[in-house]
Amino acid sequence: MEDRPVSDKLSTSVQWEPIIVAFFCNWCTYTAADLAGVARMGYDPNVRVIRVMCSGRVDPQFVLDAFAHGADGVLIGGCHPGDCHYVEGNYKTLRRYHLLRRLLRDLGIEEQRLRLEWIAASEGEKVSKTINEMVEQVRALGPLRLSRRFKEWDAELASLEAEAQSEEVVAHV
Amino acid sequence: MSEQRNGHVRIGVYICHCGANIADTVDVKAVAEYAATLPGVVISREYKYMCSDPGQELIQKDIEEHAINRVVVAACSPTLHENTFRGAAERAGLNPFFVQMVNIREHDSWVHSDREAATVKAKDLVRAAVMRVYFHKPLEKRRVPIHPEVLVVGGGIAGIHAALTVANSGKRVYLVEREPTIGGHMAQYDKTFPTLDCAACILTPKMSAVRAHPNITLWTYSEVVSVDGSVGDYKVVVKRKPRYVHEDLCVGCLQCIETCVYKDSKFDDEFNLGLSKRKPIYIPFAQATPKVVVIDPDACIQLKTGKCKKSCMEACVERGAIDFAQKETYEEIHVGSIIIATGFQTFDPRRMPQYGYGKYPNVYNTLEVERLVNASGPTSGQVITRDGRVPKSVGIVLCVGSRDENTNRWCSRVCCMTSLKLAHLIKEHTGAEVYIFYIDMRAAGKGYEEFYQRVLNEGVHFIRGRVAEITDWALDPSEAGKLVARVEDTNTGFVRRIPLDMVVLAVGLEPQPDAHEVQRMFGISCSLDGFFLEKHPKLAPAPTYTDGIFIAGLCHGPKDIPDTVMQAGYAAAEAIALADTGFFELEPNTAYVVEEECSGCKTCVPLCPYQAVTFNEEKQKAFINEVLCKGCGTCVAACPSGSIKQNLFEDEEIYSEIEGVLAYA
Amino acid sequence: MEPSAKYLYYPGCSLKGTGIAYEESLLTTFRLLELPIKELPDWNCCGATNYMSVSETSATLLAARNLALARQTGSRDLLAPCNACYLTLRKSQELVAHYPKIAHEVEQFLEQAGLPRLDSVRVRHVLEVLYTDVGVERLRELTVRRLQGVRMASYYGCQAVRPYGEVDDPHEPTRMDQILKAVGVDVVEYNLKTKCCGGALTGTIHDVGVRLNYILLKEAMRQGAQAIVTICPLCQFNLDAYQAEIRKQTGEPIDMPIFYLTQIVGWALGGDVRELGLHRAISGKKLIEQWFTVKKEAETYV
Repeated sequence: MEDRPVSDKLSTSVQWEPIIVAFFCNWCTYTAADLAGVARMGYDPNVRVIRVMCSGRVDPQFVLDAFAHGADGVLIGGCHPGDCHYVEGNYKTLRRYHLLRRLLRDLGIEEQRLRLEWIAASEGEKVSKTINEMVEQVRALGPLRLSRRFKEWDAELASLEAEAQSEEVVAHV
Repeated sequence: MSEQRNGHVRIGVYICHCGANIADTVDVKAVAEYAATLPGVVISREYKYMCSDPGQELIQKDIEEHAINRVVVAACSPTLHENTFRGAAERAGLNPFFVQMVNIREHDSWVHSDREAATVKAKDLVRAAVMRVYFHKPLEKRRVPIHPEVLVVGGGIAGIHAALTVANSGKRVYLVEREPTIGGHMAQYDKTFPTLDCAACILTPKMSAVRAHPNITLWTYSEVVSVDGSVGDYKVVVKRKPRYVHEDLCVGCLQCIETCVYKDSKFDDEFNLGLSKRKPIYIPFAQATPKVVVIDPDACIQLKTGKCKKSCMEACVERGAIDFAQKETYEEIHVGSIIIATGFQTFDPRRMPQYGYGKYPNVYNTLEVERLVNASGPTSGQVITRDGRVPKSVGIVLCVGSRDENTNRWCSRVCCMTSLKLAHLIKEHTGAEVYIFYIDMRAAGKGYEEFYQRVLNEGVHFIRGRVAEITDWALDPSEAGKLVARVEDTNTGFVRRIPLDMVVLAVGLEPQPDAHEVQRMFGISCSLDGFFLEKHPKLAPAPTYTDGIFIAGLCHGPKDIPDTVMQAGYAAAEAIALADTGFFELEPNTAYVVEEECSGCKTCVPLCPYQAVTFNEEKQKAFINEVLCKGCGTCVAACPSGSIKQNLFEDEEIYSEIEGVLAYA
Repeated sequence: MEPSAKYLYYPGCSLKGTGIAYEESLLTTFRLLELPIKELPDWNCCGATNYMSVSETSATLLAARNLALARQTGSRDLLAPCNACYLTLRKSQELVAHYPKIAHEVEQFLEQAGLPRLDSVRVRHVLEVLYTDVGVERLRELTVRRLQGVRMASYYGCQAVRPYGEVDDPHEPTRMDQILKAVGVDVVEYNLKTKCCGGALTGTIHDVGVRLNYILLKEAMRQGAQAIVTICPLCQFNLDAYQAEIRKQTGEPIDMPIFYLTQIVGWALGGDVRELGLHRAISGKKLIEQWFTVKKEAETYV
């Protein structure tokens, strides 16, 4: 990927800003985020919302993919227990969330980088509060920058391979 | 990425200014210029109002003239205008599902103030949509037929009016009411403000009309116990509680009540809020509809012990309407839409012990006083305190359980007017000095302010201040034997003690105690205050987020009778329109199985709450019934082999979005 | 520091002076309940009313020193039996929590004094400890004698339940009634539980202060109370000390003992008259003699 233009504040290395990818369910949390907008309940601009019909659609791989592509945190928003538009999708989300946090721990990614929050359609204020809290928390954790680290590792691997190959060449000679 | 499907992708990107709503915070020009550099983007424009006709025509023209086959519109929330832009695409001959919206208003310009950061965010979101729309497929909307029958839940004025309106359009209506009679709270009121119409006189003709209407099936003393299905075909089970009286046989002669072995009425009469007594076999009030008696199983000797001489049965021997063996029954119905009109409860003033309700007998709530001033009430319309006196001074305390951080924060809207009405009626009945303790007088409505002036001129005392407490201890002889309201009169700046014979607490309105269970059963939402949530606070105040379910009356929030009737009529109109259209178009966001990739692990089968996923034993593959699928995508996320896909939310679409928003991270 | 007691006792000025009976009965009651209690070493003025009204910051500094000392001992619960002490200490915690300017000054001051930061100390009131830590049922079980047939009114004063509502419900406090009933006292309905006792007015605008006390005593009598039970040394003193004057002014036969809650509970648990400070009363001496000393053989043992 190309580098962010210098004018873009979020990338200038002067001050690193966390990027949070949020998966919001259509019926509760996405609507609540709309409400937060209508009511002008401001929050930090670090979040990028991806709409799904139900938090149950959030494949754990989406979360891992977001981290791999450079997200510093991932927020999942669903309906309160018992309020799911699809009866029980949010319960499935909860189960996956717990497993996923354990997996993240094993991968060396701080669990606090993933958050699941129940936000009802009427809770615009909670959207703003949750996002601000999460940005604050992830900011304290510092950058994850998996995508850059992948590049570094790839480069390292490539140089090792090159080295090995040249040795092989020498051996053949 | 299949070349075949997406080989000739030509994307058009349209950035909306929304007047100043977006353009003030987001540099729309920069976003449009940036979008033009993205792969696949052929045209990138910004325009003042994309949703306007010229805005839509812009898209149509580009589709026609520049062979645009993917459209990205960065504007407001898709919940508002997705259909608008899909329609535009469709009119230009493009499948509407090639359109993707980007929410840069509600999720960006309206919540951020840093122009630079908001612009970066808009670019990120637009890039994600561009990358996503690349993978969109042409889809067909699904049409489901609509059962013309309508269920109305709750038989107060909202439910009555909605049921009559729908029934008058020629459709069958099921009206379900939990109590033994319809009428709701309105039946308990004496007069209605500001015209002082007798509430019963205007309500009972509508109650009779419900009973007589050939298109209305009225089930009182009944409750909805389960709701399945979705718009067009809701399967509803209604429990009909035993009233121990056959509705079709009882003629309402009331002989049974007279002959009941209880000579005196000794059980609290619910309709009169315990201010009078009734027998175990009773009729809630004279104009109860249906006019059928009911037996209280907690009071009836026969039902409690089986050892009564059953004189009621003897009195009814000819008709044989009384049946102690009656059991609850269940009715299953299919309806196309549902109108919920389940009403409210009044605030329990015991939660504010400083007002002494329940402690001092002469402290009342407004509903009790409605019964006291009513000619057919427990005192035949005489205002007499519980200790048998005609009050010489009466204080009405406003905002009890309203506009209060400790109880309910909302204004209950009707208490000011109710109190003015009761002040007028009490003065008329007793000649007492009446004091109204208020924070603000809210008399907005047709003829309301005029009524306030009238009551002011009648000499009612208005004291602006929230009452601190009601006590019965006297500081001097003038207070002896009275209740004393201590209040800061904020107009004069003094703390006053006002001795009163009777105190009326204008209690606020709250959601029904079981509102959350009802909300869950019907799959709708509640606002923060616990009332049911409408689809849009301005433009859709009766529909809900669940298609085919409408709300009316006070279950949606405090309102007066005219507003209730208007909302009920609106809900009915929506239900009629839906039934007359005959079909409803669903989002084509269903899941499907790619059979070649399915390993037959059955992980998905138990996940579906709608039993849409089944397992084909013969093929050893999962199968999704598209008709039953509601499109949540839970099975898609769970499929280990990735063989379940979801239309509109394909894995590759979402992965592109993730990659898109993070391209610069 | 020596090993900490569970409850750290902050007496304040009253419990060492006019309210000495409160201290005596408190320590006796805690001894009988086997609750470890220890006086906060080197405590100073709580910073109550006068300071608070002149300068919130200075008052908070005074309170903060006590809180920091408490923190140093390792005890979590700082017990302030006097309502004014309780409220001032609690209020200073809130001021520090919500006003960064005050918090900053307090921080600097504590640093200069070599004291720890304010943290994790809970300011407790005796009533709250008896109600939540001991519990009404436990008190009922531990009661060894009952003041049968004696009717009392419970009186909280203005500072215990407002504004924080942690000691009891601010609008309808009932915990004291529950405790008194549990230890065998008949409690009368009393609506003036949190009304003003006159406070310092008895010393400054004497007539007004005395009138306020008259209202409280008269209503207690009207409700049939023979005595009033308090949890504040200033309330107790005001109600106790001016009854003779009120009798003279109004001609009403008011002569009513004013107790501390800990005196009544301590008595029920088996405490002795002198160790509960019951001999120090000014008003209602006859009744006190009748109830607590003379007819010792007539006590109802449970």
